[in-house]
Order: sequence, then structure tokens, then C-alpha cells
Amino acid sequence: MDMEQQKRAPVYEALDRFRRQRVVPFDVPGHKRGRGNPELVELLGEKCVGIDVNSMKPLDNLCHPVSVIKRAEELAAAAFGAAHCFFMVNGTTSGVQSMILSVCKNGDKIILPRNVHKSAINALVLCGAVPVYVDPRVDQKLGIPLGMELCDVETAIEQNPDAVAVLVNNPTYYGVCSNLKAIVAMAHAHGMKALVDEAHGTHLYFGAGLPMSAMEAGADMAAVSMHKSGGSLTQSSLLLLGADMNERHVDQIVNLTQTTSASYLLMSSLDISRRNLALRGERSFQKVSEMAEYAREEINAVGGYYAFGRELVNGGSVFDFDVTKLSVYTRDVGLAGIEVYDLLRDEYDIQIEFGDISNILAYISIGDRIQDIERLVGALADVKRLYAKPPARVFLPEYISPEVAATPQAAFYAEKESLPLLEAEGRICSEFVMCYPPGIPVLAPGEVVTREIIEYILYAQAKGCSMQGPEDPEIKNLNVLSGKEARNGILV
Amino acid sequence: MEFWFNEMHTQNVQMSIRVERQLFSGESDFQRIDVFDSPEFGRFLASDGSVIFSEKDEFTYDEMIVHVPMAVHPCVRRVLVIGGGDGGVARELSHYSEIEAIDVVEPDKLFVDVCRQFFPDNACGLDDSRVTVTYQDGLRFLRAKQDEYDLIINDSTDPLGHTAGLFTKEFYGSCFKALHDDGIMVYQHGSPFYDEDEAPCRAMHKKAYRSFPISRVYQAHIPTCPAGYWLFGFASKKYHPLGDFNKKRWEERGIKTWYYTANLHVGAFMLPKYVEELLEEEENR
Repeated sequence: MDMEQQKRAPVYEALDRFRRQRVVPFDVPGHKRGRGNPELVELLGEKCVGIDVNSMKPLDNLCHPVSVIKRAEELAAAAFGAAHCFFMVNGTTSGVQSMILSVCKNGDKIILPRNVHKSAINALVLCGAVPVYVDPRVDQKLGIPLGMELCDVETAIEQNPDAVAVLVNNPTYYGVCSNLKAIVAMAHAHGMKALVDEAHGTHLYFGAGLPMSAMEAGADMAAVSMHKSGGSLTQSSLLLLGADMNERHVDQIVNLTQTTSASYLLMSSLDISRRNLALRGERSFQKVSEMAEYAREEINAVGGYYAFGRELVNGGSVFDFDVTKLSVYTRDVGLAGIEVYDLLRDEYDIQIEFGDISNILAYISIGDRIQDIERLVGALADVKRLYAKPPARVFLPEYISPEVAATPQAAFYAEKESLPLLEAEGRICSEFVMCYPPGIPVLAPGEVVTREIIEYILYAQAKGCSMQGPEDPEIKNLNVLSGKEARNGILV
Repeated sequence: MEFWFNEMHTQNVQMSIRVERQLFSGESDFQRIDVFDSPEFGRFLASDGSVIFSEKDEFTYDEMIVHVPMAVHPCVRRVLVIGGGDGGVARELSHYSEIEAIDVVEPDKLFVDVCRQFFPDNACGLDDSRVTVTYQDGLRFLRAKQDEYDLIINDSTDPLGHTAGLFTKEFYGSCFKALHDDGIMVYQHGSPFYDEDEAPCRAMHKKAYRSFPISRVYQAHIPTCPAGYWLFGFASKKYHPLGDFNKKRWEERGIKTWYYTANLHVGAFMLPKYVEELLEEEENR
């Protein structure tokens, strides 16, 4: 990486030049630097509305970059060690979907972890590819999904040698990393592409001592949420390509669904954030890691809470752990994660990322200060003092391998009917049924509702698990495919 | 040449102090600190552009935040001062011979160093042999403390700046835990007058009221504060600020003061109607 070059920010610099030229706008957007919408200026400020401008020659065009956006993408590619980089303006969702649409066509198989993000399943609805799921292992105490075991990926590849790609979710929301390098090598050895949903991993490219990034592991594509740990504006993201991808083809795929009026606020924020990360990222993430580790020690010293970290690493389902993620197991103070999440917000004015059945996750980033960490730790100590109850363990159901009978696309577009759960046996489901914990789908659109799954749903519900997804929140009824499509089972 | 220090008390109101010269400007991890000499207020210190104290009016809150609880609690032996790195609070506490230990916890060493250099009349309070200064975050210090203090004084002033953590429910909870069963906590309660200051002031009372069995508010006139009007909070596990006030005992001590008197002690708890109403609203919320 050429550090002198990385000091540049071509999109930002072009906007700055453009602003000084005081060009009279007879183009969109119609607010004309805010003059037509004073309330918008009041809300966002003159500087912000002044650079909310349209694509034009001096500012390039995201649909077909030839000048400043192209240079900014090249600098980002260099900073992330990628062969090519696309600026994305519809979140990492658009990045994940572009990855899948770039390598899968109708009827192709793709190997995915079962707890894959919704955006990936939606991509399958768009392209008609067939999912092959790998069981993410589950931590029995924490009740969270882990990474993909190499041996499970190997089995999936052997059973589906015609699959075209393997998608890995790395790191997970909780910071769990799979053996990415080995999974990529295994996929390549079988002629498959390796794709990585790296929504929670921007910092891996810049911090020292953090788990391996997708590009370093040799992945073909990675979708990176710059707006999460990278510091850019919400909705801005990067799609990274390895050397063996045809960038012209990916460009066509990206443009299938991408806006032709990309926001310069988003693009300039990507440009500036990339520069900041390249120049100062290592020091910043060193500080983030130290703050998260400090918070872990202090929270564990409070007692009752378990802020987990690198001790989870087991060489398999937790091949590595991203220490910048601060997750805390709260069951031993007798509170569900979601209860602690609500208490922190309502009673202590602290908003954390999320709470699940057994854990909370506090997002630590380059914007945090140590005094805020003290507030979080202090609040957790006070929650324990005031609200603790006798510890309670939660029931954790076993993983059931899904039986895919129809593609997500076929299930999405098919005629459907609602049946009482017990009568749905043998039919093809048309909706998601998620079970928390551990936050892994029991059923996805296109899968057979087996006797085992019905019993599982009833048992898990009785044990206090939360079931989410279906139209009927109590899951007394389930939507299934109707008519001859369902009976013939011809959809795969 | 005219040289003025301006502080925005609200977006539409500013206070100006004519300055003779600037003596110091420096930045720590926590704040920017400036020290000026001025004809009207004497020497004063500003943090991130807000006056923290001046020679002319610092006696008001140092006296009010110390003597009010000291005239109520029958026997204070161990005191914790959060913030208070200038030494003014410790100086007032040093008048009381029954006090055995004064722990001053100040996160910013630069603040203490600057006060020692430019405000020796305050900082002398830190030289009392009973005083121990710890450079640490107040919340962090409190976390491990249980049933250790008779009196906690929160001398931090800014509920929105770097000391925001000291105006939170977890702070009041941590203080409750760190106090003995008859302990008292007093704290800077902000100014209720301007619209934008009202919400933090309300929030403070709501939190203290729910954390302690007794929670009352008292007032003082401090010219460099917004609207010149300042409140203090008195949160207590057992003693009532008026019911347990021992006027005779305090007067017998013969402590020389400039603001506080035993008569004023009682009057300070008599609040204007609008303040009484906003506090009561928070109590009934």
C-alpha cells in the first residue's frame, strides 16, 4: 500500500473543488443546494446539502466510473489488498446480493451456513439458486451460533460437487471466526468460488493482531460494511474482488439493481473513511481492542456476568475470535440479554447493539472513549445490584438438517395456503421459522415440514424459546405451498 | 485593546468577562483548560470554554457543597470527593477535625497541576495530610467501594461534557452502595432557569430521588453560572437536611465563612415555585 497515495481522497477533493466553483445548478437534485428546502438545511446544515449533488463530469458517475470515483475505488482496493473494489450505496445487503448473483445462476447450488443473513436468502429468491446448508455449531452455554467447521464444509462439498460457491459469514456478529484460509483453499480445490459476508469485519484489514481478513485468506469476493467498524455513513459499503474475478461481469451485476443517482454524501464518506483507516487504522483499532479487553476484564470482575473473548477459541467452530466485539452472557445474573438491553436503555440512557435470549452485545468502535466504557461497566454493575434474580439456564434445541424441496425462488412465487401446524407435515414451507436461541432457522422457504420439525417447534416453544418469522406469531398455523406444485415436488 | 472571554450560556445568551491576560492554555485527554486574569472576577479557569470557577465566586459553591451536609451528619469520618481537583472542597473539609480521610478522585491530572500552579489558595486544600488524590475515573473508583464513606461530594459540574458519567443512574447507584447506612451524597445540580438546562436538571433529580430515601434540592447565587443561579442536590439514606440540621453544633465550631450561615442553611432549601414544581413533577413521574 502506497501511503502517499492513500493520503488522497479523490471524491472528497473533487467535491471540494466543485463547491468552490459555485456552479449554477440547472440539474437535479431539485432542492438546489438546499435553497428550495430550508427545513432540510436546518436539519442537515449547509455543508451537507451543498454536496448533495448529481453525477456530472467533474464528479464522475458510480454506474460507470472513469475518473475520481474510479481512482477512489482503486485506492480502496489497494488499502484492503483487493484486486478491485466497488463503492456500494445500498448497504452490505447489496454487496452480499451482488456476490451471489455474480457467481450463481438459476439452479446452481451454493453452500451457506444455516444462520446466513437474510440478504443472502433474498439473493437466492432473485436468482433461483439452490441452498446447501452447513450446520453452524452452537455454544451450549452461551446459546450463540459459531463458525463453520472445516469438516462440515468438506462434507457439504463432497455431497455436492456440482456446487458453484461457498459463502462464509466471517466474523459473526459475536466476533466468531471460521478457518477462512482453509475453507477458501478447499473451495478453490473443488473449482468453487469463495465468498465472504464480512459485514462485521472492516477493521480486520487494518488492526494488528486481529483475525485474518477475507482478501488475505484468498477469497474471491467479500462484502464489507464500512459503515459499521469503518466509520463511514450508514448505508455505505464496499464490495471487494480477488484477482480471479471478472470485474466487468460483476460490474454488470452490481448495475442490475444499483441506483443511477448514487449519493455523494455516501461515496465521499467511503472515500474519507478509507483514507482515515489507511493512515490511522492500526492505531485506532489497537485502541478499540484495548478498550474492549479492558471492558471485558472489568465486567467479569463485577461478577455474575460473562464477557467472553479469546478463551472460546477451539481450533474448529471458533477458529479465531475478534476481540473488538464485546458480548456479555447475562443468564447468571438471572436476566435475559434482552432484559438487560431494555434496562440499559430505559434506566441508564445507554443504547447497545442488541440483546438476545442470553447475551448482550455492545458495539465498541473508533468513536468510543474510556469514560463511556466506565459508564457501561458501571451500569451493568448497578443492574446486577438492583435487578439480579436467581440464575436460570435456557433450553437449547439441537440442530436439524433441513430438507430442501424447492428453491427459495420457487417457494417465494408459488401459490400458498395456511394450514394448522400439525397438518402441515410433508408439505413445503413458504416462510421462515427462526428459533431464539440460538437464532438459527428451523425452516426456510422451500423446505419440507417434517414430523421431527413439528415436534421440535412444539417442544422448543414449550421450553420457552422464542419462535419468530411466520405470519402467525404463535405458529399455530404455517404457510405452505398449495396445489400440485407442492405434491409433485418438482421444484428443485 | 479589548480582550473579552465569551461563554454561551444558551444559543441566545452569552456571558462576557473582560480579560487582562491569558495565563495558561492546554489540552488533556479530557478537556481543554484555560486560565485568565480578569478585573472583575480575578483569576478564573475555563474547561472547554465554560467557566469552572473564579477567585471571586468560588467560595460560594465550595462552602455550600461542604457545610450543608457537614451541619447535618452527626459524625463524618470518611469523605469521598469526586472531581474537586482544584482543592477548594478539600480546603473547606479540612476545617472539620473529626474527619479522618478525604479521598479526592479526579480523572484529569492536568487539571490538578494547573490548579496547583495558578490557584494555590484552593489547591492548598489538597496538601492536608488527610487528603489522598487518586487520578481515576469516578465511576471506576466507586465500582469496588461498598459501605465505606459517610459523605460523598460530587463536585463535577457538567452533565453533558466529559463528566457525563457522574450524572447517571449508575453513578447514584454506585454512591448509594459506597456509603454507610447513614451516608449522605451532595452533588452539583445544575441551573434550572434556561430551557435547555431544564431537562438535565430534571433528569438529575429523577435519578437521585429514585436512588435515595431522602432527596432534597438547595440553591445558591453564583454569578458565573448560567442565569447566576445554581442548585445543589442533597441525597441521603437517613438524615434529613432540615430535620437533622444541628444549628447550635455547627455555630459552635466557629468556622469562618463568606457565604454559608446557619440561617442560610434553612433558607437555601426554600425554592422558587417554578423549581419546586419541576422537581415535584419528576418525583411523581
